Amino acid sequence: IMADQKTNKEQRYDRQLRLWGDHGQEALENAHTCLLNATATGTEILKNLILPGIGAFTIVDGHRVTGEDVGNNFFLSSDSIGKNRAQAATEFLQELNSDVSGNFVEESPDKLLDNDPEFFHRFSLVIGVQLPESTCLRLGSVLWSAGVPFLVCRTYGLVGYMRLVVKEHTVVESHPDNALEDLRLDQPFTELKNHISTYDLDSMEKKHDLQVPKNYKEKEAFRQLIREGIRKNESGAPEEEENFDEAIKNVNTALNPTKISSAVDDIFNSEQCENITSQTAAFWLMARGVRDFVQNEGNGSLPVRGTIPDMIADSDKFISLQNVYREKALQDAAVVAKHIQSHLQAVGKVTYPFNAGGLPVSPLCKNAAFLRVVRCRSLAEEYSVDSFHKDTITSCMDSPDSEMVLYLMLRAVDRFYQQHSRYPGVYNYQVEEDISTLKLCVNSLLQEYSLNVNVKDDYVHEFCRYGAAEPHTVASFLGGAAAQEAIKLITHQFVPFNNTFIYNAMAQTSTTFQL
Amino acid sequence: VLIMILFQLPCKIKFDMNKFQICCVFLSRMAVDVGSSGDWDGRWSHVQKFLERSGPFTHPDFEASDETLQFLLETCKILVIGAGGLGCELLKNLALSGFRHIHVVDMDTIDVSNLNRQFLFRSKDVGRPKAEVAADFVNSRVPGCHVVPHFKKIQDFDESFYRQFHIIVCGLDSIIARRWMNGMLLSLLVYEDGVLDPSSIIPLIDGGTEGFKGNARVILPGMTACIDCTLELYPPQINFPMCTIASMPRLPEHCIEYVRILQWPKEKPFGGTYMLILSGARLLINNLLLFVWSLCPTTYGVALDGDNPEHIQWVFQNSLERAAEFSITGVTYRLTQGVVKRIIPAVAAYIPLNNYLVFNDVDGLYTYTFEAERKENCSACSQVPQKLQFPPSAKLQEVLEYLTENSSLQMKSPAITATLEGKNKTLYLQTVASIEERTRPNLCKTLKELGLADGQELAVADVTTPQTVLFKLNFTS
Repeated sequence: IMADQKTNKEQRYDRQLRLWGDHGQEALENAHTCLLNATATGTEILKNLILPGIGAFTIVDGHRVTGEDVGNNFFLSSDSIGKNRAQAATEFLQELNSDVSGNFVEESPDKLLDNDPEFFHRFSLVIGVQLPESTCLRLGSVLWSAGVPFLVCRTYGLVGYMRLVVKEHTVVESHPDNALEDLRLDQPFTELKNHISTYDLDSMEKKHDLQVPKNYKEKEAFRQLIREGIRKNESGAPEEEENFDEAIKNVNTALNPTKISSAVDDIFNSEQCENITSQTAAFWLMARGVRDFVQNEGNGSLPVRGTIPDMIADSDKFISLQNVYREKALQDAAVVAKHIQSHLQAVGKVTYPFNAGGLPVSPLCKNAAFLRVVRCRSLAEEYSVDSFHKDTITSCMDSPDSEMVLYLMLRAVDRFYQQHSRYPGVYNYQVEEDISTLKLCVNSLLQEYSLNVNVKDDYVHEFCRYGAAEPHTVASFLGGAAAQEAIKLITHQFVPFNNTFIYNAMAQTSTTFQL
Repeated sequence: VLIMILFQLPCKIKFDMNKFQICCVFLSRMAVDVGSSGDWDGRWSHVQKFLERSGPFTHPDFEASDETLQFLLETCKILVIGAGGLGCELLKNLALSGFRHIHVVDMDTIDVSNLNRQFLFRSKDVGRPKAEVAADFVNSRVPGCHVVPHFKKIQDFDESFYRQFHIIVCGLDSIIARRWMNGMLLSLLVYEDGVLDPSSIIPLIDGGTEGFKGNARVILPGMTACIDCTLELYPPQINFPMCTIASMPRLPEHCIEYVRILQWPKEKPFGGTYMLILSGARLLINNLLLFVWSLCPTTYGVALDGDNPEHIQWVFQNSLERAAEFSITGVTYRLTQGVVKRIIPAVAAYIPLNNYLVFNDVDGLYTYTFEAERKENCSACSQVPQKLQFPPSAKLQEVLEYLTENSSLQMKSPAITATLEGKNKTLYLQTVASIEERTRPNLCKTLKELGLADGQELAVADVTTPQTVLFKLNFTS
């Protein structure tokens, strides 16, 4: 096999390809994202999408560049002052990567929503930055109906905020951090049983009704059993046997019972998995194939994953053991593929135009235990007095310094903006007065939602102090966090947050809430 | 985080701004070129809200004032170590926060694989020193900012260089380098009658990332936990056992390591000289064997260069052959390069605290901040004499293993010296080939045979620290 001379793009993107693979990169290069408002937060987010090679971006911004804008934004210069911000930022950002296609629209988001809301339908993802509440809600509604994912981001003084709004986001490759191995030691398949029986070890006594050790006591007894298997030298002391040591160390994790997680169960029980039609998305077709396998050939278990961890052994024994699992995995994947095929035929499709080579059944089966679906509530649901998450807010506010108070303050400053067409404390002379006005906004917010919580005066004061500033350091942090979530949404790899993220740059803490 | 240090200080340390400023003005002897900064209206308005307005959550010693911005613009000197992924982000963030006198140190040149995240560099810059290109870019994009580049290793500078800075921020890619920096700042501390002089403290802000995970920490040398206090937090480097590589490979990585460690030095595919020292080494025990092996590629023969595609191609082909022998699949060009260069995958989204912040965005996003505690007997910052407890019959080899394997010490290639018969004697040193050869027999000798006495002081030097660490040898029965 001749290794290809690496293309320039492969070299350039090498470090990220190791994270999301060529197929992830392809998804990224086919994506087109829209950014509303090229403030520091916005350009930092885009920078982090342009560098890895997103297909295209479009900036929508009706503002003209001010001196303040240039002060905190790396992608504007003093020459940009007075020019249209969308255009100025696009030029600087475009320069980061010539593979990416940059566009701009000199228009305020509100105008676009008035005249051409369908403009937004063409995007893979819309990112709204520093949007006033009314614009945010309007846009949220348009994008929700159109099924376009919406990521709301905001830097407000020393507070960062992100809200993900996506109806349903499916993930096959979630890349879990600490996945348990799929060794099937509690329910060995035939080929595994046969393979193990070729080893010359004393057979285990059937003392525990063919169950694996469950609690600490049983696991200790099991370890002792292993210890007894160690060869002894002439003086009766056990030899140093690395493989036995490894076995003893791994008793806890290797003997985990083979079972299906609730997340995967929920997927199997979803309406989309149950009712397959010609409109069904690839993910649900594949999930259904796996479900059929579980309910039939799998006898309640998922297809075998096929990978085993490295173990101390000589090469031949390891490879032949590995092959037992690999071959079983291939067999199971073929059965899953057959199930999927029969559903396709039932709805009148021969094959699925997913990618060259049909549906990716092999990665599906390898990741069967880690399938995930993320469903976010709409902004309308979050804001409606009838459906907002009162319990979540109230219980978080049991700790009055929890990040939830920062969320409430952001809602309060939005209220202030609605009433006064400006944010509190922008000019020094306004700070003092605005504190009491902002406090009224906080109280009216709490009253409207019948929230019996205490928002400390210190936070009202602090938010007036901020004067709606957008310090570059906070914008940069949020730029990183948001871009990473955007990449997860575009590549359908790794699991996005659900659905509100608050960053407290004062204490360097953060929390995620579901609102 | 920097602004937090200066103005909000989440940790409980008092920081006297006035005294600090006076000290700094006194220290910066070089005329600071303020010049025409070309400031325009509103340029610093975002920053000013935090410097000129008091607030309920600021540090009790913080005083809102318009002098602070002037301090940042004209006086504050900050050092950024590393102009790579974190470094680029740091330079941009500092420049846009008002810092103007920034020095940046980086010993590397730009590689095409840097371009996916190190946004101050372009294709045309490949091959040029990172520090210089980064400085040029920031100076041109942020008028008035004066970044001074140093195309050097951190070890090329001494105390006089580091002493001039108010804060040092690290975006390094090696633990050894971090520990060295940590040690350097500890060596600058001044104690008067056992009391630490706060003006001798230079805060160190350190950050690191790996894939979708990262961490940042604030270190006030002499006051809060240092790098070595929390050495056990760093994940161990993956090194496969020699016997696996040599005779029992199971994974494609094992095959690649075989070619890198054993086959390359033997076959010298691109030239070089072969030394008999390799066969002699096989007599010693396993982990010392590994260590001597790993010296060879750089010392004898043309070193395997992970950036040379021809070299990687050679390793790749031979790894395929090795793998085929054992029916192992999975050797790819990308994997080969990854193993040879110990590549850690990386993306652009760098995220520049109680004092220790951990960030993970594999599943949702998660941060955790905690206060790392000082270690009572930390070998770097505690000033508690370090002990070595061994029976007199122990071999020097065992002491060496302890120094490298102990999780709190984790030295890389320690050189051990002792005062014997009034003279300074090197017991073992491996970083210079001729001395390594001469002192190697000492490893098999017992401490008693080497003439060491109970209570004797041993001085240990290592790349992980700029200062020698003194150990007291206690004989156990």
